[in-house]
Amino acid sequence: MTALSSTLRQTWVITLRDLKHWQREPWGPVFGILFSIMMLLIFGYLFGGAIEMPGGGTYLPYLLPGVLALTMMFGVDGIMAVVTEDTKRGVTNRFRSLPMSSVAVPLGRAVADLGNSAVQLGVLMIGGLLIGWRIEGTFLEAAAAVGLLLWLRLAMLWLGIFLGLALRMEGALMMVQVLVWPLGFCSSLFVSPETMPGWLGTLAAWNPVSATATAARDLFGNPTGITSGVLADHAMLLALAWPAVLLAIFVPLSMRAFRRRG
Amino acid sequence: MTTAPLSARGVRKRYRDTQALDGLDLEVAAGTVHALLGPNGAGKSTAVNVFATLTRPDAGEVRVGGHDVVRHPARVRSTIGLVGQSAAVDEALHGRENLVMFGRLHGLSKADAVRRSAELLDAFGLVEAGDRKVSGYSGGMRRRLDIAAGLVVRPRILFLDEPTTGLDPRARHEVWEMVRKVVADGTTVLLTTQYLDEADQLADLVTVLGEGKVIAEGTPSALKSDLGGDRVIITAAEPDDLDKMAGALGATATVDLDRLEVTVEAGASGGGAAVVEVVRTLDSAGITVDDVLLRRPTLDEVFLHLTAPDPEHQPEGAAR
Ligand SMILES: Nc1ncnc2c1ncn2[C@@H]1O[C@H](COP(=O)(O)OP(=O)(O)OP(=O)(O)O)[C@@H](O)[C@H]1O
Ligand SMILES: [Mg+2]
Repeated sequence: MTALSSTLRQTWVITLRDLKHWQREPWGPVFGILFSIMMLLIFGYLFGGAIEMPGGGTYLPYLLPGVLALTMMFGVDGIMAVVTEDTKRGVTNRFRSLPMSSVAVPLGRAVADLGNSAVQLGVLMIGGLLIGWRIEGTFLEAAAAVGLLLWLRLAMLWLGIFLGLALRMEGALMMVQVLVWPLGFCSSLFVSPETMPGWLGTLAAWNPVSATATAARDLFGNPTGITSGVLADHAMLLALAWPAVLLAIFVPLSMRAFRRRG
Repeated sequence: MTTAPLSARGVRKRYRDTQALDGLDLEVAAGTVHALLGPNGAGKSTAVNVFATLTRPDAGEVRVGGHDVVRHPARVRSTIGLVGQSAAVDEALHGRENLVMFGRLHGLSKADAVRRSAELLDAFGLVEAGDRKVSGYSGGMRRRLDIAAGLVVRPRILFLDEPTTGLDPRARHEVWEMVRKVVADGTTVLLTTQYLDEADQLADLVTVLGEGKVIAEGTPSALKSDLGGDRVIITAAEPDDLDKMAGALGATATVDLDRLEVTVEAGASGGGAAVVEVVRTLDSAGITVDDVLLRRPTLDEVFLHLTAPDPEHQPEGAAR
């Protein structure tokens, strides 16, 4: 058997394992969806009236793609938790002692999680439609928006896999779970960078998740809250490029971390 | 000539300020059970992890199944089974699913993995539990499944890192039975343990490890006789009986006046026979006793004995 086909087979075995986990213990993904719905309701109804929209438009259609992107971002600590748990239980070491490809375990996980993410996106979008969000773009444009969101998710997953394998100190997971928040807020997910103080707005515009959220808003035909600057001109390009850059960094690093021999 | 399943020369590994392995030499012969015996922190797990390609040694040469662990880790991985110190099985999966998964990751076809899993569940008494989630298993069941997972492809050498630590006596015996079966099937086993009696039960050869170095090596019986072996301790009912007891029990008896105890070396026939002998002798001499105790040397005593720099520091009994 060739190396490639045995790698694919091993990857599939790991994918099935993770899918079985969600089937047996669905609380993680279910809680993830509930949490995103809560964010949607809090920001949509509680803060929505107070949030200013540069370039016109109402807040809910602006917010929903932001919450979708935030949900993709939670892939980082979600998968990091799984990886950390495997390491703690010695399962990672057992995988490392098997005659396996070093990419199979992380890749299998990422594939399984993309399935889970697609379901999460679907549920959130239906929830959004129920509370008045509308897709103004064509079907193809909407599909492209979902594709970009999953592309971001994939990059977040590999970042999380790397962090889970590389940071072995106690409390690393909690640190990442906390850090996700400032990174999520310092972006275009909830408010337009144009309403922020200058330097913060610039930082937020260059946040990888801002590009995805802005491009998705554009494709869904929702207000982007952006009138000028890098996001106005290049959101789509950045939404493709940012995850590609992250993957180019963290896929090899994750493979190295998996094989690293302490 | 076949190569030894494992040979290690001068292996060193340092973690910041701990020299975990300090020039370890080890040779494991095919078809045997070899025990690495040592207290906490002796370097047992570090040694196993080096052998199983998980940890890179700073120096030394290690060949497993004839392959160098540093230069050809992938080849080594396809000849070994590793059962680490904590039970590394997936809690959310069923026992059978775990075995099928590890079998498939080893490269077995689906059908072969299923067949082999059924065999292993049967051999290790897990048939009934096989289709339940591992999270509901007892410690002993989990450990047995864990060991089975290390055997899915009949490795040339199986590493067991403290396979019975934390198990109750019954579960320990179950694991020992498993290890015997594995060896009977022709697999070589390297196991680490903190218990002298475990090494005694299972091992053909014992290597005693202390601070990353080999401090003694031999068959279990040789190591034990080196120590003076088992002792029978008899507590007298009356202080006046002590001398009479010592007289009846012969030359090896020593008297401890403060504790009203007489200690007898068990000799080659072992502790159990010695207890029977002592009771019989005292009974026919008409001496009543308060208590009879069989003392086996503990690992601590082995250690004190082996590492004691001069006779004054030797443990009680061993030097007399
Ligand atoms: N990853 C590590 N980082 C730092 N120090 C380590 C690491 N692994 C082991 N050590 C140290 O190396 C020494 C040997 O550890 P090792 O785990 O090999 O001992 P052991 O004989 O398996 O002990 P135990 O019976 O507790 O399992 C210990 O002092 C330990 O603290
Ligand atoms: Mg250990």
